[in-house]
Amino acid sequence: MLKKIPSPAPALNVGKATKHDSADRHVRGNALYIDDIREPRGTLHLAPGYARESCGKIKSLDLDAVRSAPGVVAVLTASDIPGLNDCSPSFGGDPILADGRIEFHGQVVFAVVARSHLEARKAAKLAHIEVIAETPMVTAEDGLAREASVLPTYEFSRGSPEATIKASPLALSDSFRIGGQEHFYLEGQVSLAIPQDQGEILVHTSTQHPTEIQHLIAKMLKIRDAAVVCECRRMGGAFGGKESQAAQWACLAALASHVTGRPAKMRLDRDDDMIMTGKRHDFRCDWQAGFDETGKISAVEVDFLARCGCSADLSLGVNDRTMFHADNSYYYPENRITSHRIKTNTVSNTAFRGFGGPQGMVFSERMMDAIAIKLGLDPLDVRKTNFYGDSGRDITPFGMKVEDNILEELVGELEQTSDYRKRRQEIQAFNTRSPFLKKGLALNPLKFGISFTLKHLNQAGALVHVYTDGSVQVNHGGTEMGQGLYTKVAQVVAEEFGIDLENVQITATTTDKVPNTAPTAASSGTDLNGMAAKLAAETIKSRLIDLAAKLYQIEKSAISFANNHVQIGQQKIPFAELTQQAFLQRVSLSSTGYYATPNITWDRDSKSGRPFLYFAYGAACAEVTIDTLTGEMVIDRVDILHDVGKSLNPALDIGQIEGGFVQGMGWLTTEELVYDDQGRLRTHAPSTYKIPTASDLPDDFRVKLWDSPGNREDTIYRSKAVGEPPVMLATAVFSAITNAIASLKPGVLPQISAPATPENILAAVKLMKSGD
Amino acid sequence: MTMRQSIRFVRDGKAVELTDIGPNDTLLDYLRLTEESRGTKEGCAEGDCGACSVAVGAINKNGQLEYQAVNSCIQLLGMLDGKEIITVDDLSRGQEALHPVQDAMVRHHGSQCGFCTPGIVMSLFTLYHKGIKADRQAINNQLAGNLCRCTGYRPIIDAALESCNGSLDDRFVQAYAATTETLNKLDDGQDVFLGTPERFFAAPASIASLAKLYSQHPDAIVVAGATDVGLWITKQLRDLPKIIHLGRVEGLDRVEDNGAELLIGAGATYAQAEDALATIDPDIAEVVRRIGSSQVRASGTIGGNIANGSPIGDSPPLLIALDARLGLEKADSKREIRLEDFFIDYGKQDRQPGEFVSYVKVPKLAKNQFLRSYKISKRFDQDISALLAAFRLTVEHNRITEARIAFGGMAATPKRAAKTEKILVGLDLADQSGWTKAAETLEQDYQPISDMRASKEYRNDVAKGLLLKALHEISHAVSDTASPETRVIGQRNNSLREAV
Repeated sequence: MLKKIPSPAPALNVGKATKHDSADRHVRGNALYIDDIREPRGTLHLAPGYARESCGKIKSLDLDAVRSAPGVVAVLTASDIPGLNDCSPSFGGDPILADGRIEFHGQVVFAVVARSHLEARKAAKLAHIEVIAETPMVTAEDGLAREASVLPTYEFSRGSPEATIKASPLALSDSFRIGGQEHFYLEGQVSLAIPQDQGEILVHTSTQHPTEIQHLIAKMLKIRDAAVVCECRRMGGAFGGKESQAAQWACLAALASHVTGRPAKMRLDRDDDMIMTGKRHDFRCDWQAGFDETGKISAVEVDFLARCGCSADLSLGVNDRTMFHADNSYYYPENRITSHRIKTNTVSNTAFRGFGGPQGMVFSERMMDAIAIKLGLDPLDVRKTNFYGDSGRDITPFGMKVEDNILEELVGELEQTSDYRKRRQEIQAFNTRSPFLKKGLALNPLKFGISFTLKHLNQAGALVHVYTDGSVQVNHGGTEMGQGLYTKVAQVVAEEFGIDLENVQITATTTDKVPNTAPTAASSGTDLNGMAAKLAAETIKSRLIDLAAKLYQIEKSAISFANNHVQIGQQKIPFAELTQQAFLQRVSLSSTGYYATPNITWDRDSKSGRPFLYFAYGAACAEVTIDTLTGEMVIDRVDILHDVGKSLNPALDIGQIEGGFVQGMGWLTTEELVYDDQGRLRTHAPSTYKIPTASDLPDDFRVKLWDSPGNREDTIYRSKAVGEPPVMLATAVFSAITNAIASLKPGVLPQISAPATPENILAAVKLMKSGD
Repeated sequence: MTMRQSIRFVRDGKAVELTDIGPNDTLLDYLRLTEESRGTKEGCAEGDCGACSVAVGAINKNGQLEYQAVNSCIQLLGMLDGKEIITVDDLSRGQEALHPVQDAMVRHHGSQCGFCTPGIVMSLFTLYHKGIKADRQAINNQLAGNLCRCTGYRPIIDAALESCNGSLDDRFVQAYAATTETLNKLDDGQDVFLGTPERFFAAPASIASLAKLYSQHPDAIVVAGATDVGLWITKQLRDLPKIIHLGRVEGLDRVEDNGAELLIGAGATYAQAEDALATIDPDIAEVVRRIGSSQVRASGTIGGNIANGSPIGDSPPLLIALDARLGLEKADSKREIRLEDFFIDYGKQDRQPGEFVSYVKVPKLAKNQFLRSYKISKRFDQDISALLAAFRLTVEHNRITEARIAFGGMAATPKRAAKTEKILVGLDLADQSGWTKAAETLEQDYQPISDMRASKEYRNDVAKGLLLKALHEISHAVSDTASPETRVIGQRNNSLREAV
C-alpha cells in the first residue's frame, strides 16, 4: 500500500518548466567553460606522455629531446611530486605519474609543461620510454586465468538456488557479454591551476567532485586541505566520467603550477582523453534460472565478470550496484548473485551514469526474454509474472523490502498507450510476410535504487546569502554538468522566499563556500543539495518571520512569503523591505544548510539493512526493424513512461529522460569499444567510436512523465531523482532486437551480445539460420 | 601575373587581412587563441563532433551569398581566403535579442551541458539561411555532424523544425547585399602565396598557376577541403611545410552535365556535386548523403576522396562501378585513365610527381543498366564505412550482359570483383539458382581484414548479403513486380526508373 502523501501547497517556482539557468548563455556561446576562461598572463600548458606498451617495468626514460623541444618549460615525472603520488578515489593504485611500472596502455609517465598547448603536445611525442614488456591481461578471461582482481568477490545469496534450479520444471543457462561505454562528454577533461598568495592554490576544474580533488592535490603537494580551493561553474558533460577521473589532470595542472610558480592548464586532446580515462565496466554474464510453464522464476544464479581495469577506482560501488539491480523489477525467491571484480591491464573503469545498475538490468531483461522465447510466451507476460508483489514477494536479494512499487499501474498504462498487444500481432504478421526485414517489440520496466550505497556520501551542504536589496545568492556542494541542478536548487530557494527566480543568483561550486561535499553522482544531486539549500533558506526565513512578528506584533502563522512580498497579517510589504529591516535590526541574513539522508542503514559487511531511500520507476516500449542480410537495425518507435515523483521541473526532467534513454540506446547499439590483443584501445575518437546522432533518434518518440502523487518519502517537494534511471529504459531496444532475431526460429534464444552492432546482429542471425 | 601575399576574409562585416599565417594554422585556433572568440568550442579536433562548427559565407555559382557550416578545427586558416566567417559569438552580441535559431533552442530546452550548443546553433543557422521549410530529414542531414551527448536531440530537432521554417529575417539577411559586395571585392583572381619557398601556404587562382607551382614543389601537400589532411596536423601533429590549396582555382570546381555523363571538377565539394550525382540514381544520392556530415561535405571533394587513395573512401567504389574516368594533369601534360586503374595498391596511386587530379567523368546509366549501392557502418550517419558496395548490372531480356561490382573496405584499394562479375554475366534474373554461387565467389575476389570497424567474417558475410539484396531488388525492378522490403535505410522509390 502506498503511504498517503500530503498534497503540496500551490507552488510559484517549483514544478515549473523553467529553462536551464544557462540556456541563453549556452546558445550565445558565452557560458564559460574552463578552457574559455581568459588565462592569466604567462599561463603554461600541459600535455601527457605515455609508453607504447601496455604493461611492464619502465627500464629507462629518456626525456632529453622533450626538454629541448621548442617552448618547453618543464617536464614533470614522478620524482617531482613532493607528497603522495596517487589520485585514487578509494584504494590507491592510481599514480598521478607512473613510478617504475605501467599497468595499461596510455598510463601517463610524464607531463610536458610548455608555453602553448600545441608545443606541449608535440614535445610529448619525443620521449624514449623503454619498457620491459609483460604479456598484458586484456580480457576479463585473461585476468580470471591469472586470478587477478582489484577487489574481493562479493555475493548475495538466498536459499539453495542451485538445487532449486535443478528441481525446477524448466531451466535455462546462458552466457553473454555487455560492452563498456565511453562517456564522450563533449568538453574533455580540463583543469586550470593558479597559484595564490601564501602558497595557496586555486584550481578551476571540470569535475563532479571538487572536494576530492582538493584533498588529492593537498596530499600530492603536502599542503593542507585549507590551502586548496577547487571551483567548477559548469561542466560540458560528465556522466560519471568526471567523478574520479578528473583528478589526475587537476593534480598535474596543480603540480605544474607548484613546480613553475605559474598558472598552468591541462586540457586533454580527445584521443588522449579516450585512451587515458576509464569507461563503463564491460561484463561477461553467466547465468542460469529455474522457472515453471508460466515463466515464473524459482531461482536465479548469476556470475558477473567485470573488467575493472588496472585499479579499484570506483569499481566497488559500481559492481555492488550491478548486484543491487540484477533483480531489476523482479522477485527471485532464491538467488545467488556473484560479482567478480577482475583486474586487467586496461584503463581503470569507472563511474558511468547508472553506475553498474544498467549492466545488472541488461542481464535481468535478457533472462526474461530467454524464458519467454523458450516458452513461446509474450515477454511482457513473463515480466509481469515475475514483478515484485505483495508480502512474500517483496524482498530484494539484498534484503530490502520493496514498499513503493508502482510498476503494475505504470507498465499497465504504457501497455495501453503504446498499443503494445495490437502491435505485437501486427509485427508477427509483418515477420511472416517479410523475408529479409524482421521486426521486434519489447516493453521493459525499470526500478532503480536512489541513494549512494556508500552511506557516508549521502550528505550535502548549502550556503544561502540574502542581501539587503532582497536578492539572494545560493551555493551548494552539487556540480552542474548540464542536468539543471543549479536551476532546480534555485527554484527551491526562490520557492522558500516566495520570490522570482531571477532574484536568486546562482554561483559556482567551490570548496571555499561549501566544504566536505559528496560527489554529484548517484542521481542524488537535487535530493541532497536541494534539501540542504531549502534548510538554509528556511533558517533565514524563520529569522525573518521572527523579526516580522516582533516588528509588527503579529502571530508568526500570519506571515507568509509570495510574489516578492511578505504578507504580514493584512499588511503586505516588499521582500526587500523586510531584508532591509533585518540588517537594521541586526538579524543575520546568511545561513548554511546541511542535510543527511534519513532511513538508510545498509551495512556491506553483514549485507543487511536498507541501501536506498526509495526506488525510481519507469518503462519503455521499443520497436525495431533489423535487416537479416546485413545486420543493420533501425528503431522505429519508442514510448516511455517515467516516474519522477512530483516533478520539480518537467522540462529538465523530460530532458534527463530523453537524453538518458538515447545514451543507453547508444551503449546497447552503436557504441563499441575495441581493444587490440595488447590492450590498446582502437576506438579512441569519434571517427571510430559512434555515439548516437540526430537520425538515430526514433522518428516516433513519445515520452511522458508518470502522473505521480509524489514520492512517498519526504524528498525535496516529493520529487524523485532522474539523472541515471532513464539510461536503463534502453534495455527495451536490446530486447526488441533480441525478439526480432528470435522471430527467425521460434523457441531459440538468439546469441546476441551488447552492443547490438550490425555485425553482432548479423552473427546472431547467421547462427539462427545455421540449424542448431 | 601579380601575386597576393596575404589572405583576406570578412569578419563582422569588415574585411580582415592577414599576412603572417602558418601553413598549418587552423581556423579554430585563430578564433580561440588569436581573436579570443571563445564561443566556438573544440570537442574532438578531427571534424567529427561539430562543436567547432562555424558558418562560412561564399558567393555561389549563381552569384548568391550562401552559408555553409564547416568544422573550424580542421579548416586551414588560409582556406578561408575570400570567405565570410560567422561564429556563435557574432549571432547576437551583448544584450541583442537572440537569433531565431538561438531563441528556439532556448524555448525548446535544446541545451543541457551547452558545450555542443554553439556548434549546433551555427549548423542550424546555415539551415535557417537555406530559406526552406526544413523537415525531419533535412534536419537530420544538417545535424549528422553535430554530436550532442545530453539531450538525445529531440528538443534540438523541435527547435530546428520551428525556427528553420523558410522565413528569413535576421541581420545577416539584411546585410546580404553589403556582404556580397564585400566578398566580390575580395575576389581579385590573384594567386595567393604566403611564406617562403621552404614553408608556405598557397592558393593558386588558375589551373596553369597550380600546375606550375606544384611542378616546382612536388613535395607540397595539395588540399581541397582538408577534411583528411586537417587530421594529419591536429592528430598526427605532423608539420606540413608546403600547402597548396585548390579552393581558389578557377574552373576546378565545375560540375557539368554533358548529357551522357557528368564531369565533376576535382575542386567541387560533395555539396556542389551531390545534386548532379543524384540525377543518376537515388542510391548515389543516399551514399553521398551519408559521406561524412554536412560540414564535411561542404569542404570535402570527390576529387580529394579519390586522390587520397583511401581503401575506405565512399565515392571510389561507386564511381568505379559506374565506369568513371579520371583526369590527371601536370605542368606539361594531361591524361585520362579509368578510375579503377588509378588505385594500384595500399597508399599507392597512379599519380606522378607534380601531377594532380583535375576531374572525374561519370557516365550516366543506360536504360538497361541498374545501379545499387549500399553503405554499411556501425552508425548510419557520419560514419566511415565498414564496407561500401556498388553494383551496376546491364540487363537484356532478363539476362545480365555486363556486371560491374566494386567494393570499398574489402581490400587494400577500392576494387572490382572480377570473378564474381564473370559468374554473373549470362545469368537469368528470373532464376535465383545461380545467385548463391555468385555470392560465394566474392570470397575469391576479396580477402578483407579485421579492424575496429568490422571483422573479416562480417565483411565477407555482408558482402554476400548485399549482392543477394542487389539481385533481388534488380530482378524485381526488371520484372516490374513488387519487391519485399529490403532496406531499413535508404528506401528508394522503385517506380522511379525501373521500367526497362
